[in-house]
Amino acid sequence: MRYIDEEAIEKIALGAAVLGTGGGGDPYIGKLIAKEAIRKYGPVALISLDELKDSQIVVPISGMGAPSVTIEKIPSEIEFTAPLDKFEEVIGKKVDVVMPIEIGGINSLFPIIAAAKKGLPLLDADAMGRAFPEAQMVTFHLDGLESSPVTMSDEKGNVVVLYPRDGVWHERLARVITIEMGGSTSICDYGLLGKEVKRSAIPGTLTLAETIGGYLLENKGKERQGINKMLEELKGYQLFEAKVTDIERRLVGGFTRGKAIFEGIRNEQGRSFSIDFQNEHLVAKEGEHLLCSTPDLIAVLDAETGFPITTERMKYGARVVVVAFPCHSKWRTKKGIETVGPYYFGYDFEYRPVEELQKERV
Amino acid sequence: MYRLGLDVGGTNTDAALIDEDLKVFHTVKVPTTKDVESGIIDAIAKVVRESKVDSNNIKYAMLGTTHCTNAIVERKRLDKVGVIRIGRPATTAIPPFTNWPKDIREKIEVASIIVSGGYEFDGRLIAELDKEEVSKFCREISGKAESIAISGVYAPVNKEQEEIVAAWVREELGDIPISLSHAIGSIGLLERENATILNAALMTTGQTVINGFSKALSSLNIEAEMFFSQNDGTLMNAAYAERYPILTMGCGPTNSIRGSAHLTGLDDAIVLDVGGTTSDIGVLSKGFPRESSLAVIIGGVNTNFRMPDILSIGLGGGTRILDNNEKITVGPESVGYEITKKAIIFGGDVLTTSDIVTRLGYAFEDRAEQVEHLSTEFCEKVNEQMTEMLEDAIDQMKTSSKDVPLILSGGGSIIVSKSLKGVSEVIMPEHYGAANAIGAALGQVSGDVERIYSLDKMNREEAITDAKNLATYEALKAGADEKTISIISIEDIPLAYLPGNALLIRVKAVGDLQYSNESVII
Repeated sequence: MRYIDEEAIEKIALGAAVLGTGGGGDPYIGKLIAKEAIRKYGPVALISLDELKDSQIVVPISGMGAPSVTIEKIPSEIEFTAPLDKFEEVIGKKVDVVMPIEIGGINSLFPIIAAAKKGLPLLDADAMGRAFPEAQMVTFHLDGLESSPVTMSDEKGNVVVLYPRDGVWHERLARVITIEMGGSTSICDYGLLGKEVKRSAIPGTLTLAETIGGYLLENKGKERQGINKMLEELKGYQLFEAKVTDIERRLVGGFTRGKAIFEGIRNEQGRSFSIDFQNEHLVAKEGEHLLCSTPDLIAVLDAETGFPITTERMKYGARVVVVAFPCHSKWRTKKGIETVGPYYFGYDFEYRPVEELQKERV
Repeated sequence: MYRLGLDVGGTNTDAALIDEDLKVFHTVKVPTTKDVESGIIDAIAKVVRESKVDSNNIKYAMLGTTHCTNAIVERKRLDKVGVIRIGRPATTAIPPFTNWPKDIREKIEVASIIVSGGYEFDGRLIAELDKEEVSKFCREISGKAESIAISGVYAPVNKEQEEIVAAWVREELGDIPISLSHAIGSIGLLERENATILNAALMTTGQTVINGFSKALSSLNIEAEMFFSQNDGTLMNAAYAERYPILTMGCGPTNSIRGSAHLTGLDDAIVLDVGGTTSDIGVLSKGFPRESSLAVIIGGVNTNFRMPDILSIGLGGGTRILDNNEKITVGPESVGYEITKKAIIFGGDVLTTSDIVTRLGYAFEDRAEQVEHLSTEFCEKVNEQMTEMLEDAIDQMKTSSKDVPLILSGGGSIIVSKSLKGVSEVIMPEHYGAANAIGAALGQVSGDVERIYSLDKMNREEAITDAKNLATYEALKAGADEKTISIISIEDIPLAYLPGNALLIRVKAVGDLQYSNESVII
């Protein structure tokens, strides 16, 4: 066990935005609240998956909704604990440990705030190892674990309890409630026992985010050192260096789907690239040639600072380095690919690991 | 009929006279003075005297100034502000002034409150306003606050609550200056609120600038209408500047790029401003500077101001050259304003970029003797390296692989090679040294609109048309000539994760300043 302090939050926020692969929202707001929570309630104890006891009750807490709402309608204090309080009431037991549902953007910081306020330990693990757009896209779903009961709250004091029959219904129902509640909610789902979490969660991801964020912060202004160290740590690849020449976003089924077109710069002059996204980046290509696809991670980094750029902030003219990392092996199983592979997102090609695609490229 | 443009920089105050066809008539440069006002008077007097223009024919006077930026950076001349945020029960997790540097917060904050109210993204109410809550807060800060900042959740989409609260404040506190966030910034409550607070703190400074400019003009018997440069390359009148002084911040680089555009007649180009220490590279796109996507931090405070996208590299006319074991290092250290003492061509002993280009015969021909001892082979090598640095930086700013024209401005331009990779031609226009003042004088006004539309009720095209009409109306209100108004940017962003097809649309319309009826056309 160790403690998370303000400095760690700074790093986690940055690293989580890389692992968020363009989605998960800008972590700035979450960072401010998390730091304030630690100043007010003291550092948060971070425990590893090994330290978790089989009988402990673990509950993820996260935000659902549009990141562009969160930057205008800043959360209220109650949102960070209201769904947890309701969850305890519903199951008639105290929650022992909280955890992030995903490592990406603001949702990696959400449970830190809840943990600080409730005085609970935080689990160094999540259920995606990255960010995905939909609620059923979690390792818990792959492993057949139940998301019910689900508790949700807004800033006005509304609290809703759902008993969805599976992860897909959970996503549908919760999404509609989120709109009615004003575009952003906080949610507890997949309340599980320690032994279930141990077999299903992806371990060490908060620490991983912190490590990556640390590389970027420590090597700020030192050319590509931060990015290079990060690639080494994550066994990743630089896909290309380019500037955004066009960005097109449209709404399909309540998500931002779109495409960014890039023109290569420096060593890649004269070549053109593209990234498709649905909140998170899905597919990177050079011309028609596939470079990397979901569920492997694709991150867009500012070419000067190495800091990640989220899809809603990506702009015409931005100069970027695009990198890719292999996803956790759980996503490469049959059910994993069914849940988050190219077919699910409407593509008609087979998933191939980024390592394989990159080997061919050289 | 003439327009007078002024740019007050850290070192020089520039003035430019432009005729009714927007042709540059005359430009001058004088040292900036500590009181600023007398530097402005000097510059105007000089440009009028040298050009022999009848000062009665100067009908518009435009000022671009760094006063407000300096006040914030130096934490001086700031007013005490009472801050009202409309949004409870939302937003309470981050109160106003969170993450501000302590010293500036202490200078500005009287008290802050988050009152009941605010809107949802779709225009529904988060909560009703409560008049007594606002009135009570006003009574508490009465006599202590010199200025009030009001920011409401989703005020850029609906300003009604901000205006109601402002009226209640006036009932309690009389004619205290009030800054409303919807007029200052876009979506992003914290950054918009910060900018609104800074604006409220700049009321006195803004007034000083306006009065100073007005006094300078009247002391020279110039009865021109005053305008002030904004950070987006357009103008605002004195009445607006009085209420929103913060919008003058960052106008320098914008004016420089706009002025360069005007001097060359180009709408799309790269603009390179070479000073003593750095080269600032901006992008001219459709006649306006390309804006940065990053949040702008002013004096340690995050704001959501859109500033020109400028890439600065450590290469200027005074940049030092180090030669260690055959590895040549260009910068980033510079002798800066001491170049006229320290550079070899000026009798000093520090090797600078200016010395290199002089040795190669590109500049300061009269000083060639001073650098004769340098090896030309070495100088060629250094020059190659300098050129590569510029080419690399220019390439990073370009958005297409096509060669683009490069417009030079600034005193250090002599170090720039006449042929650069990726550049179709290098242009150094006449009056390039006063590009800032010329940019200020150019006098376009804009109307901005940012709104969230629900595409359940109308389609995307209808929504964009509506936003265009609103922006055009805003530009008209700001004084634009209807015939010249054009839409220069349209941006639409679907709100991620939300069904219901919510679309955020931003539109900017600009037009030439309309001549008022009494203006005399020669």
